[in-house]
Amino acid sequence: MTESVLSVRDLVVEIPTRRALLRAVDQVSFEISAGEILGVVGESGAGKSMMGNAIIGLLNRPARIVGGEIILKGRRVDNLPREDLRRLRGKDIGMVFQDPLTSLNPLITIGEQLTETILEHLPVSRGEALDRAVAALDDVGIPAAADRINSYPHQFSGGMRQRVVIALALCAEPSLLIADEPTTALDVSVQAQIIALLKSLCRSRGTAVMLITHDMGVIAEATDRVAVMYAGRMVEVDKVSRLLTTPQHPYTRGLVASTPVASAQRERLVQIPGNMPRLDQLPQGCAFHPRCQMAAERCRSAPVPTIAGCGGVAACWFAGQETV
Amino acid sequence: MSAMVQVTGLTRVFDVSKPWLNRLLERLPRSTLTAVNNVSFTINEGEVYGLVGESGSGKSTIGKMVVGLLPPTDGAITVEGVNLFNEADESTLDRVKSDIQMIFQDPYASLNPRWRVRHIIVEPLATRGINTEGVAEKMLEQVGLAASDADKFPHEFSGGQRQRICVARALASEPRLIVCDEPTSALDVSVQAQVLNLMNDLQAQYNLTYLLISHDLTVVRHMSDRIGVLYLGQLVEEAESEELFKNPRHPYTQMLLEAAPRIDGFGREVTPPEGEIPDPINPPSGCVFHPRCPKAGERCTKEAPEVRVVAQTRVQCHFA
Repeated sequence: MTESVLSVRDLVVEIPTRRALLRAVDQVSFEISAGEILGVVGESGAGKSMMGNAIIGLLNRPARIVGGEIILKGRRVDNLPREDLRRLRGKDIGMVFQDPLTSLNPLITIGEQLTETILEHLPVSRGEALDRAVAALDDVGIPAAADRINSYPHQFSGGMRQRVVIALALCAEPSLLIADEPTTALDVSVQAQIIALLKSLCRSRGTAVMLITHDMGVIAEATDRVAVMYAGRMVEVDKVSRLLTTPQHPYTRGLVASTPVASAQRERLVQIPGNMPRLDQLPQGCAFHPRCQMAAERCRSAPVPTIAGCGGVAACWFAGQETV
Repeated sequence: MSAMVQVTGLTRVFDVSKPWLNRLLERLPRSTLTAVNNVSFTINEGEVYGLVGESGSGKSTIGKMVVGLLPPTDGAITVEGVNLFNEADESTLDRVKSDIQMIFQDPYASLNPRWRVRHIIVEPLATRGINTEGVAEKMLEQVGLAASDADKFPHEFSGGQRQRICVARALASEPRLIVCDEPTSALDVSVQAQVLNLMNDLQAQYNLTYLLISHDLTVVRHMSDRIGVLYLGQLVEEAESEELFKNPRHPYTQMLLEAAPRIDGFGREVTPPEGEIPDPINPPSGCVFHPRCPKAGERCTKEAPEVRVVAQTRVQCHFA
């Protein structure tokens, strides 16, 4: 195991509201090593994006980190002052959001946006920054990069725009890239291009990637390891091949089974009954027990074991046992 | 088996010209966008017909025309033997239209937030002056919700439950054809499974005919008996669902199948497809797929291929 780029320990994010204190992220621990792509999967409301935003220091008030630590390349970053945190973003952590149109400034050329970012974070001259900007666009596969450097975001198609956003996120050579649903707004054929691009860029540069998505297909194609989140907790972390073939947590098993596959036709899909609980109505014990077929007495009362470290662990009393 | 829907030579052109003053000052010509171009297909009674395609392929435009929300520029749509757009007899047209319903993509936008669920579900009946007593409760139970939910408002439900309300509303008027436009793309996988299973059950129970429109190949495969693949407004391939996935004959279908992320695809190294969908206002000459096609030759750039039947597949390619 190589040294980890990002290490998160017992992270807790809370949102105080007038009625109750909501735990959006509860005791989450994981690590990502250089060149590794960690997928974070879960249904809407599971706390995936909240966790991503907490790591990059972009939590919106009143949400805040109340416990745990975030360590980036051996340096603790969750308690940095605002100014340091601002310098950290872009330089050490790059971010790619879902909608490429809203993450680019429509009034500024993409060349200007790229050089601004490079000048902010790297000690280079303006001319050098421009060269680097062209090279960055070239790297993400934009044809005739030198000619398109003075174009505005609206002159690009959706897929090309997402490539520009990736170039922007990677231009200061960060060690960690957080990609929050980077392909959800894109068509199937373009999605395949963006996934292939992310994979090859991060492998060759040794960038650690946290890929947040709800799509099990994307998880299978793009990631090395997968973390499954449910109601703010991490319920299972494992290598992608093992997680998809022999899932340990009943929720993961449900997720895998309810995804329709192209090879089997018109079989009845396995459905997980019910919905994810709201954060202000979390059940006692294991948060998944009202939807779980295996739930026993101790799931309803005792708190579930949490996952520590990485690799092949599920937060379930029955993990490692045969399926019922 | 009789044909429920017959679509022949369907074409829809949108005028996307700039306002007349701009055209005059900048000396611009009128410009048009052909969203659907000469599409023909038949849906048999009790069949699930899937239409797949990426954005801009014209799938939703076809859906809107089949329910009669949008008139075609050219071609004809007949449902139960009645042409939706030039039937003179009002009562025949009314009867046919009451047999068609639609389920939309976004269950947050397709339910009136100020109406109670009861009001939403019985509206299609009430507008036709039919007695609606007890209908809402019956329909809610049918789709797996509680009868007491009839007095609630849409905001009290989750996305999956809202989509169930949409299904209940579509079923209330006892339709025979339901056009489902991306019915599960706004939902999470576990909830998607619930809604797809429900749609399957209801189809079997009432012998419904579905026109299922989706960009998700796995969903279409899971639900459909036959599948049509659209690219830039043209139907490039159509086959039984089994056959289409086993022997895709059009290069675009092959590309789509290869590019779609698969849950069993870990460790797979895919060569991603080249290029993006061209601008539909200036479509490529000849075969619309030729700029992205690995097989494309001289002939493809000049001559548009005809639809041909190869084995059990209808395909629009020179090389199939």
